[in-house]
Amino acid sequence: MERENNVKTGTRTRIRHTLTHLFIIILGLFMIYPIAWMSISSFKPNNMIFSDPGLIPKTVTLENYVTGWKGYAGTTFGRFFANSLFMCAVAIIGNLISCTMAAYAFARLKFAGRGFWFAIMMITLMLPGHVTLVPRYILFNTFGWVGTYLPILVPKFLATDAFFVFLLVQFIRSLPKELDEAATIDGCSQVGVFTRIILPNAVPALVTTALFTFLWTWDDFFNHLLYLTKPETFSVSRALRTFVGDAGAVSNWGGALAMSTLSMIPAFILFFSLQKYFVQGITTTGLKG
Amino acid sequence: MRKMSGIVKFLRNNAAGYMFLAPWLLGFLVLTLYPMIYSLWLGFTNYNFTKPDATQWIGLGNYVKMFGPVFGLSEFTTSTGDMMRIDPYYLKSLSVTFTYVFVSVPLKLIFALAVAMLMNQKLRGVAFYRAVYYIPTLLGGSVAIAVLWRKLFEKDGLLNMFLGTLGFTNLPGWITNPKYALWTLVLLTVWQFGSSMIIFLAGLKQIPQEYYEAAAVDGANKVRQFFAITIPLLSPVILFNLVMQMISAFQAFTQAYIIGGGRGGVLNSTLFYTLHLYIQGWAYREMGYASAMAWVLLLIIGVLTAIVLRTSNLWVSYGTGE
Repeated sequence: MERENNVKTGTRTRIRHTLTHLFIIILGLFMIYPIAWMSISSFKPNNMIFSDPGLIPKTVTLENYVTGWKGYAGTTFGRFFANSLFMCAVAIIGNLISCTMAAYAFARLKFAGRGFWFAIMMITLMLPGHVTLVPRYILFNTFGWVGTYLPILVPKFLATDAFFVFLLVQFIRSLPKELDEAATIDGCSQVGVFTRIILPNAVPALVTTALFTFLWTWDDFFNHLLYLTKPETFSVSRALRTFVGDAGAVSNWGGALAMSTLSMIPAFILFFSLQKYFVQGITTTGLKG
Repeated sequence: MRKMSGIVKFLRNNAAGYMFLAPWLLGFLVLTLYPMIYSLWLGFTNYNFTKPDATQWIGLGNYVKMFGPVFGLSEFTTSTGDMMRIDPYYLKSLSVTFTYVFVSVPLKLIFALAVAMLMNQKLRGVAFYRAVYYIPTLLGGSVAIAVLWRKLFEKDGLLNMFLGTLGFTNLPGWITNPKYALWTLVLLTVWQFGSSMIIFLAGLKQIPQEYYEAAAVDGANKVRQFFAITIPLLSPVILFNLVMQMISAFQAFTQAYIIGGGRGGVLNSTLFYTLHLYIQGWAYREMGYASAMAWVLLLIIGVLTAIVLRTSNLWVSYGTGE
């Protein structure tokens, strides 16, 4: 009798699980459809993008990639990709240095005013950036930096992304203090503790920081719109905007979809190779998005 | 000598801390504190980027320019004696932004929670599903997706192709019709529920399964369990998601900018606050006015966050007792 019951509930659970799977898969297909359609449509001839909502292209062509790659004002997407990669690389270096330094100070060192500065840092975490926008622009303009990468990259060396400082503080606090103490007894200075104990042990948090710095710099549009004024300095996201006309009309849809598809590849690769760091970053700080 | 050693001692105790803090401190002073004070001052002036030498203190002029229409003004005299026209689009941008925030944030959180609960089961492949559902969030903020969104909701876009094959005719261009344009942006935001979902999922994992089992023994059904166990125990996470999503929704920019081609869309139906601020500050170079707008945005976000946090003790529980 009892066994029969178990078999029954077993079957019922299995049916419920199958239904849940089915539901999640169907909903998931809906979620992914726009992106899948975009990637596939980028291989369709321009005139068929408009007439074919399906996923399987009737004719495959690379024409959109050729026309899209030509870019804007004589600068090709090759240059735009190189520009974006360069900015991301420098931004990552900047954030790794400056944010870990600040985080180490907040998490481990004792100094007058630590609580006060930490509170200030937490407030800047929530502060809408728009209140600093105009003066920063004026300041960078007097430095002659508008039109260069400096307004975007220099702040990274000054730990302005409080999100990462917070993330790293949380992580460093979770490391056992005995490690530092042992190193100090062995004659390590505070700098030594930082480079030999904290940094090697904080690698997961450093990867998360580098990862999100890359994605946010790659996807950033607002700062690129403000500061990158010459086509040869454009990032990929700034260059994609040139496909959209002033009234919002798009002339070369095929090229736009092709370059948009290409622009997503780095994020995809990073996401699928570094998934656990994503989850860690999102759950410890509630990273925006 | 004694005093000297005091200073040395102070330096020795604090030098390392401030050395490591130096980059952040410099960044805070030069790129946050000074700009904030400066922009507060600019907000009371008629600073124009093309003629900074003509800058004059105009008191609350910029703020009257924003909110004048509430009192039926169309122009007014500033403290310098000049006539100033009110901003006819400011209130529109405010209402567009409020509609967007108050619709998209709750919908996004409800969706995120529903999907998180669906995935909080002992299912095979949950990690894979979670990854798939996160993809829109991963890419959603990009220009690429905004360009795609135009294509989906245009008059001859993907959605209308589908609806056409289902036999619908006379379909509107969703992006170009002021009645619907904002809703395509709401949909775009709700679509990116991935981060909230992952945070909810982490929160749900913390709730002991025994609570549900005990409730089931006491005869509580799933709905009752949801409201008596899940919601109260998850409430700190809900509060966190609510505050973070609200703050970022008020600052949404890229999608509206791309979809409107750098403007506020048809009849300014997608004129987000930050987009209006950008147009005022950078297209018209009225940076004094843009600074004043930024401060109002800060106030709005601050007040709403304070209200949410203050009222949170009515519905958020921090695990008082087992």
